[in-house]
Amino acid sequence: MRAVRVRLAPYLLSLPGWFWLGLFFLVPIIAVLSVSLQTGNPDTGYNLTWHFSEFGTVLSNYNGELVRSFLYGAISTLAAFVIAYPMAYWIAFHGGRHKSTYLFIILLPFFVSFVIRTLSWQFLLSDNGIVLGTLKNIGVLPQSTHVLSTPFAVIAGLTYNALPYMVLPLYVAIEKIDRRVVRAAGDLYASGAQAFARVILPLSSAGIFAGFLLVFVTNTGDYVNASILGGPGTTMVGNVIQNSYLSNQDYPTASALSSILMVLLLFVIWLYARVFGTEAVEEAVV
Amino acid sequence: MAEMDEPVDRQVDIDPALLRGLTEPRLTRRQALRMGGAGVGALSVGALLSACGVSGTASKSSKATANGVGSAAWWKKQKQAGILDFANWPLYIDTSHGKHPSLEQFTKATGIKVNYFEVIQDNAPFYAQIAPTLRAGQSIGYDIVVMTSNSFQLDEMLHINNWAIPLDHSRLPNFAKYAGPLVKNPSYDPGNRYTAAWQSGFTGIAYNPELTGREITSVHDLWDPKFKGHVGMMSDNTEIGSVAMLALGIDPATSTQADWHKAAKLLKQQQADGLVRQYYDQSYIKALENGDTWITQAWSGDIYQANNSGYPHLKFVVPKEGVMIWTDNMLIPLHAKHPVDALEWMNFYYQPKIAAEVADWVDYVTPVPDAKPILLKQDPAVGKSPLVFPNAATNAKVHQYYTFKSYNDFQAWNNVFQPIIQA
Repeated sequence: MRAVRVRLAPYLLSLPGWFWLGLFFLVPIIAVLSVSLQTGNPDTGYNLTWHFSEFGTVLSNYNGELVRSFLYGAISTLAAFVIAYPMAYWIAFHGGRHKSTYLFIILLPFFVSFVIRTLSWQFLLSDNGIVLGTLKNIGVLPQSTHVLSTPFAVIAGLTYNALPYMVLPLYVAIEKIDRRVVRAAGDLYASGAQAFARVILPLSSAGIFAGFLLVFVTNTGDYVNASILGGPGTTMVGNVIQNSYLSNQDYPTASALSSILMVLLLFVIWLYARVFGTEAVEEAVV
Repeated sequence: MAEMDEPVDRQVDIDPALLRGLTEPRLTRRQALRMGGAGVGALSVGALLSACGVSGTASKSSKATANGVGSAAWWKKQKQAGILDFANWPLYIDTSHGKHPSLEQFTKATGIKVNYFEVIQDNAPFYAQIAPTLRAGQSIGYDIVVMTSNSFQLDEMLHINNWAIPLDHSRLPNFAKYAGPLVKNPSYDPGNRYTAAWQSGFTGIAYNPELTGREITSVHDLWDPKFKGHVGMMSDNTEIGSVAMLALGIDPATSTQADWHKAAKLLKQQQADGLVRQYYDQSYIKALENGDTWITQAWSGDIYQANNSGYPHLKFVVPKEGVMIWTDNMLIPLHAKHPVDALEWMNFYYQPKIAAEVADWVDYVTPVPDAKPILLKQDPAVGKSPLVFPNAATNAKVHQYYTFKSYNDFQAWNNVFQPIIQA
């Protein structure tokens, strides 16, 4: 009897986890999938009619927004990586006893609400604001220059808002690297650049994957940056979903787009894992 | 939010930032929630549940008119309960030290205790929350809800689902006596069968004269190539559709699908010519203040508040072609538990003294023009404002929004105008 209980214990202990996963992951996903195949309207009710053509309709109507979302997501992820890696590297290798202070400084702006932060960017980047106004007044920029309402502003906002999600996993991965391995590379006549490219970078691949995963998934589905910093021609798929759901009560369209977005994101992640190896993925998950 | 100080005293020199915080319009809150990830998550779940929880129950849903609810005989049987559950938008009633003086006076005068809920952030998500309950034929727990005239959801409540109780106007003498011409017999609710206005506002044009370099008088100025890249348009598609129709000389309230397509063509041209800076939600006001936009579609109450909070140079105009009026309406949802108490409040609110108190705090257009002489004495800045008490010339130019007949009608509108905003 006791043996049975011991064997069952881990499963019993993980029950709350399974319950959580079922309630907040499986149920919503099934609901979303089901709604995407329904027809009807909010007043007469919806019926599950296996209306698969909804997917074709939304793909033809919103393929531009989908492509744009993945493009913005990819560019902002790469930009965040390029900015975050040196930061994480420096903190991990040269931060000394102030490491946690530096990490805290990186996180500090993120104690402010996401929306407020993005609105402050709107303030900073406005046509006659602190940055552009000054540059225009000293004649560096022509009067007609504007940054807001451009793809650049949206991608910059996405990059900024995702930065800590990139820095933290990178930091954890780089921090774990055994310094003796790096020194050994030097002993074997590797230059600094070679040691970085062939030792440090591969050893931090788990962190890179985790960072890419967090940032790319979040940014591709984001709608706040596009609606605050964007303009005509920067609408992302998240904006379309939000609007279909909350304003137009067009639940099938929103659900179909959400499902497509999810499948595409999973595919991209799978591709990444295939190309860079699954060990990195497992390590990242652990 | 509730612990606010005395209503803004415009004679005293208050820090503009603080003043702005105090008078923050409800639409800012509306937007804040819409943007907030957590809020959206919560709302989506509600919307989702409402979307997938029902299948073809419309025939079952009880309708007000079907079983005599709201008829004279039905009203005769209703008794005052001494309780009123009132759902409204945040920051949309007079507030002093966390209390609402107008509601307290109501309780004093009638003995009816008011439970006031600031739960409506936007029409669509609120409707998504209450629809499943109403469809199941149950009370949503509110005796009065406030919904906006240019929202499809009000049309759903009033005409498509018949989820509002017809008002007993014999118990609303103050409405008959004091309601202004702007809110009597509106096109979305002929004869005020179901609704009594709470507050209204205009959607006109605001501009920064220093940047436009000239006076603005016409909606066609939104299409002036001189303002290229600095024109603000709204992301609410009833707003852009309506302003384009005004530009074409079409009355939005009586427009047809052919008119919509003409309006869409005009809007697409405006976008293709690079005139539009962005399709804004509430943030249009920041863009105007920052100088990103020089001329923009605007809500009257916001410009009033901007003028009082550090941006006195911004101007709001009622264009010569016309101005849109939206109205937030009190209505009694079907199965409300205390309908008589709800009527009591509506009647009480339409006294000029009470309407003046609310108007003084909210700064939108009050439905009771007779509140003006009272405010001229108590708070002349508000009493004199044409944005709170529009003059006859403005009243002559108002247009109502199109009333959606069905969900398909609403979808047709969206299909015409949504692609412009979501380019």
